[in-house]
Amino acid sequence: MNTRVNVDVKLGVNKFFVDEGNPHIEIAENPSLQEYAKLEAACPAGLYRRDEKGAVRFDYAGCLECGTCRILCGKTIVKRWEYPNGTFGVEFRYG
Amino acid sequence: MSDDKFDVIVVGAGLAGCTAAFLMAQAGMETLVIERGNFAGAKNMTGGRLYAHSLEAIFPGFADDAPVERCIVHEKISFMDETSSVTLDYASTASGSPAERSYSVLRSRLDPWLAEKAESAGAVFVTGVRVDDLLVRYGKVCGVIAGGEEMEADMVILADGVNSLLGEKLGMVHTVTPHHCAVGVKEVIELGRQKVNDRFGCCDKDGAAWLFAGMPSAGYMGGGFIYTNEDSISLGVVFGLHNTGRSAKSVPQMLEDFKNHPTVRPLVEGGKLVEYSAHVVPEGGMEMAPKLVGEGVLIVGDAAGFCLNAGYTVRGMDLAVASGKAAAVAAINAWQRADFGASSLSVYERELDGSFIMKDLRLYRKLPSFLDNRRMYNDYPAMATGMMKDLFTVNGPSRPLRKKMIPHLKKAGFMNLIKDGWKGVRSI
Repeated sequence: MNTRVNVDVKLGVNKFFVDEGNPHIEIAENPSLQEYAKLEAACPAGLYRRDEKGAVRFDYAGCLECGTCRILCGKTIVKRWEYPNGTFGVEFRYG
Repeated sequence: MSDDKFDVIVVGAGLAGCTAAFLMAQAGMETLVIERGNFAGAKNMTGGRLYAHSLEAIFPGFADDAPVERCIVHEKISFMDETSSVTLDYASTASGSPAERSYSVLRSRLDPWLAEKAESAGAVFVTGVRVDDLLVRYGKVCGVIAGGEEMEADMVILADGVNSLLGEKLGMVHTVTPHHCAVGVKEVIELGRQKVNDRFGCCDKDGAAWLFAGMPSAGYMGGGFIYTNEDSISLGVVFGLHNTGRSAKSVPQMLEDFKNHPTVRPLVEGGKLVEYSAHVVPEGGMEMAPKLVGEGVLIVGDAAGFCLNAGYTVRGMDLAVASGKAAAVAAINAWQRADFGASSLSVYERELDGSFIMKDLRLYRKLPSFLDNRRMYNDYPAMATGMMKDLFTVNGPSRPLRKKMIPHLKKAGFMNLIKDGWKGVRSI
């Protein structure tokens, strides 16, 4: 039991149209790490991470567009939250 | 520009938007639906269960034609700790009354069907276009702005989902707070029809719905679910966002551990993950209700927070359909009178008040706070599994049943049981 989840593998089966170079979510530069930890725990796509040095690493590709980060930490971390432009982002084949 | 003007623009081609569009187009209104996904349903997901009554009222016998997955005839509810579970199991046959049935559905299949109905009725669909803003003149909504262009209409219906950025811009929708919502994560796991039948005790077009309380949401408000589709299952976890940070487990890890629970693992073994999705569930009920009617604008479905979590049933889609219908009634009425002001459109609120939506939302008003009680997800599942363990364990001379059971009740606390039982009954 208790195998560590690998979200990237799961995202890998999804169909995405990534709007390269045009992020629909932008985060603050030096977010409170306490708040950031909430997003690390809650983001279903595991997009809020920290590297080995503890530096914040966020990637909008792989976003499932649920809005959890927008709701949880609002402007303290998420500077801008929009839906991806038309035709871009995740496309559910099952839903 | 006036030639291009529509009577109504609907933002979002989900169940609420498409239902409204179908009815308005059918009544003769020039209706435009704008959807940011590449097709209706491309951005939509659900846990998986549609209570049929709302759609049945509009399309009698719809399930014969619509791409639903299975008719739910088998209900299970489990209380679950880390290693064991106790299950309440109810099996029946499909109700003779179509309006009493419920179906497992996949939105990327169901929504295009409903969109096509609306299109056949005359609604125009534009997909792959994101609405960026609303066109407001003299305090009245009179169109949308998308891709830098303005599109005019006498009125707009916002069916843009739980993150209704447009509703927020208008000041009608409050930003959803962690207290009023949960996040749902889901895997669609392909098993093949036969395995689904065998493992869930169903045949042909019949299926099962299974809810799990306790361990799936790490002992906090929320739970796990499985719905059987035609040849796959939808398996997921819902977690109340206000408890984020209290649990050491991440939400994706909750789903993974749930899937690996001894009760669940045999059900998914050999299955193939075909999609991973997530969605926010508006669970605040009446507490998060937005302003539903404005000058030239109505808000429907998830954007209006129309969702009901009664613990044993979780509903959103039937409310979406019914709110779309109520909005259509108001819109058609306004169109016939050529008055799209807020007081004219307030017919929507009257329609909602007279429908099951507001009645049920009022009925369940106190439930969200009642369900936000850790005993529900820790002590009681542990009590149930502990009692069963003692009941079924033989390791020497037996003790009287009463003596086996009482310590478990004591552990959960007699007063807690009485209090929660009383509060539970009073909140529904």
